[in-house]
Amino acid sequence: MTSSKDTARPIVEMTGISIEFPGVKALDGVDLRLFGGEVHALMGENGAGKSTLIKALTGVYGIDAGEILVGGAPHRFSGPGEAQGAGIATVYQEVNLCENLTVAENIMLGNEPRRFGAIDWRATRRRAAEHLATMGLDIDPASSLGSHSIAVQQLVAISRAMVVDAKVLILDEPTSSLDADEVARLFEVVRALRDQGVAILFVSHFIEQVYEISDRMTVLRNGGLVGEYRTAEISRGELVSRMIGRTMEVLEDLQVRTDHAVDPTAGTPFLQAVGLGRRGSVQPFDLDVHPGEVVGLAGLLGSGRTEVARLLAGADRADAGTLHVKGEPARLRNPRAAIDRDIAFSSEDRKAEGVVGDLTVRENIVLGLQAERGWLRRLPGKQVDEIVDRYITALGIRPANPDALLRNLSGGNQQKVLLARWLATAPELLILDEPTRGIDVGAKAEIQRLVADLASRGMGVVFISAELEEVLRLSHRIAVMRDRQKVAELTNGEAVGLDDVVELIASGGTH
Amino acid sequence: MTTTVPDGGTTQGARARRGGGGPATRRALRLDRRYLPVVGTFVVLALILVVGGMRYDNFLSVGVLANLFINNSFLIVLAVGMTFVILTGGIDLSVGAVLALSAVTAAYLLNAGMPAGVVIPLVVLVGSVIGLLVGAMVHVFEIQPFIATLAAMFFARGLCFLVAPESIPISEETFVALAGWDTWIGGQWRITSSVVIALVVVAVAFYLLHYTQFGRTVYAIGGGEQSARLMGLPVARTKVLVYVVSGTCAGIGGLLFAMYSRSGYSLTGVAMELDAIAAVVIGGTLLTGGTGFVLGSVLGVLVLGLIQTVITFEGTLSSWWTKIVIGGLLLVFVILQRVLTVRRT
Repeated sequence: MTSSKDTARPIVEMTGISIEFPGVKALDGVDLRLFGGEVHALMGENGAGKSTLIKALTGVYGIDAGEILVGGAPHRFSGPGEAQGAGIATVYQEVNLCENLTVAENIMLGNEPRRFGAIDWRATRRRAAEHLATMGLDIDPASSLGSHSIAVQQLVAISRAMVVDAKVLILDEPTSSLDADEVARLFEVVRALRDQGVAILFVSHFIEQVYEISDRMTVLRNGGLVGEYRTAEISRGELVSRMIGRTMEVLEDLQVRTDHAVDPTAGTPFLQAVGLGRRGSVQPFDLDVHPGEVVGLAGLLGSGRTEVARLLAGADRADAGTLHVKGEPARLRNPRAAIDRDIAFSSEDRKAEGVVGDLTVRENIVLGLQAERGWLRRLPGKQVDEIVDRYITALGIRPANPDALLRNLSGGNQQKVLLARWLATAPELLILDEPTRGIDVGAKAEIQRLVADLASRGMGVVFISAELEEVLRLSHRIAVMRDRQKVAELTNGEAVGLDDVVELIASGGTH
Repeated sequence: MTTTVPDGGTTQGARARRGGGGPATRRALRLDRRYLPVVGTFVVLALILVVGGMRYDNFLSVGVLANLFINNSFLIVLAVGMTFVILTGGIDLSVGAVLALSAVTAAYLLNAGMPAGVVIPLVVLVGSVIGLLVGAMVHVFEIQPFIATLAAMFFARGLCFLVAPESIPISEETFVALAGWDTWIGGQWRITSSVVIALVVVAVAFYLLHYTQFGRTVYAIGGGEQSARLMGLPVARTKVLVYVVSGTCAGIGGLLFAMYSRSGYSLTGVAMELDAIAAVVIGGTLLTGGTGFVLGSVLGVLVLGLIQTVITFEGTLSSWWTKIVIGGLLLVFVILQRVLTVRRT
């Protein structure tokens, strides 16, 4: 279906785009072509420059070199408003709408129908309702946006994009917080828009989704262009190896199952929770973690996985049950208490609860260690450099510059820095909540390998991930969460497959 | 505002509720919540009126209520301007000093023989210009509103003394005539020119906030500045403009104060910015921005005024009790806001 379109003029043509940040060359001579009636996937690892390229197109960043043609005419946008004016609309990963306003306002804001110069609210709501209807969304336009789920908010964001009659729609990681049904619904909408002739730029880490929805793809690596391919003409293996610059076999080698055996009945567990719970958060549950053991928490978003982790890490205070650390009763009133007992917790919300964007990589890595020593006993500079260098190398943090500001790093690399911070404190129990979310395949495999490695050296790990394959591959034992309740626990082994876990999540299991 | 974590559980909950409630009740409940702080203010206002009416004779008279507006007209105008700023998540500490500067300048110029028709727009403009400077500081140099407006506060207060260190009585005829103008509604409710001006300001502010893109952008910035920017809204312009609005309101407030006191004195309006902030918060506007109504702020001013009236009626209490009660009330409202925001997420 795309053969004739190669001769057609693309709606957007970016050529030789370069952007430089202090100390980082974010983009180097990248091309991108977007055709009407086509879904174009932008692929690459974290830090490859996808977000930067999108922001160059939408006018958030100015470009240092290159040319942007929209509809054949050169454009330089100085802000998202101007880009929208030229028909380029964007839906960002973290839905960038205002939760304090109504759905109708979020859709129409800036484009409200007027009567005698004043906003005509009735017409505004009506037009919003029409746009929602084309999305197949049956919600009250007068309800406040914050009362809806992320999936609905995402569709509202797309509705907003369509108000301005976008010729180009950019979807930046739209599916990362959606479940399968919601993804299917989103794709229906995307296909409908494509058939109307809209050019869609789709960014996602889910390779299967990219193959399902896209017609064409552009691959970036380290801020440079690898190439543009027809989706039908490139295999998954080829794609991945182009993205990471390594072959698939190397990658598969990385994805080891944790192989060392742990006998869950032997010895005292490092951590033992009995009837631990918190009202309104998670029902009382039992959970043991032994040294050297990886305990996976499986379940859907909102099933209570994160809540369990927060209780174990002292981030939330339990109001029921008891917790023993190394056989001794412990009350974790705050994260400090947990850290004192060598429990480290890496939150899923790394932006808000993890890294400090205005500090350098070095400062972020030693933050935990320095806090543990007390601020009056500064770590000697030489020791700091040694630690920082070790983790930058071990985790492959890019750029390998200890003085780079953390906020200039990509999401995956920020996650690695966060991990390094906790590893530097040498914890006995590491609680990882979604450490691989929004991270590319290569980095994902590295983090998985690291977890397996740490466990084999005696560290207990609680591992939370939305990707069941990952949980299954790494865990010795899997606790299944459903509706804020622990519904089952199974010992992992050859006999346990993905289907079993899915079945348990779906059915709720039997104790 | 806190961000919501993607959460399948909430979706399921919402679906379950949908099955039970039906769309009509759902909508009614949700609207309730947004208006809840304002409803709270209204309840407090009614409560004071009822209790006052029971305790004191003549408390619930039209005269008392009419005076409430007359005595607080300048504070209403200040609170209206402050509402714009706080809705964006900012704060304006300069309004008390700007009010004084405007009043002193008006008195000085009128005394110097300049006609009222020139002086009045000029002093309002003084407020606007200071607001513009503050807005530029906040936006261009990314100085925190607290600091930028603190600087403007010292600056304006200093200028007051430069213009005239002593109180200047105003005797210019047109101005005095304007200040003395009043009318009686229904033969009992006295309305002065200050009240009319204040109510016009409220009406214009209401229109701006609810029926123009500028107003909606103010709310959007309060909901999330980054989001508003990515939605392509004119964030920069709006952020500067809210301080211009607040400065202009302070200019008008100074004019009203000069009309009220028939003089200009450089020490007027000390700490009045705090009264304005208190009125806005008691009126149900979240200090984090994004939620609140200008009519709520008017209610907030009335609550403050009524507390003062009650203390006066009580007779034996020192006027400092006003501060104590306002302090307590402010605390209650801030805690109420906190509870509401926590429950929302």
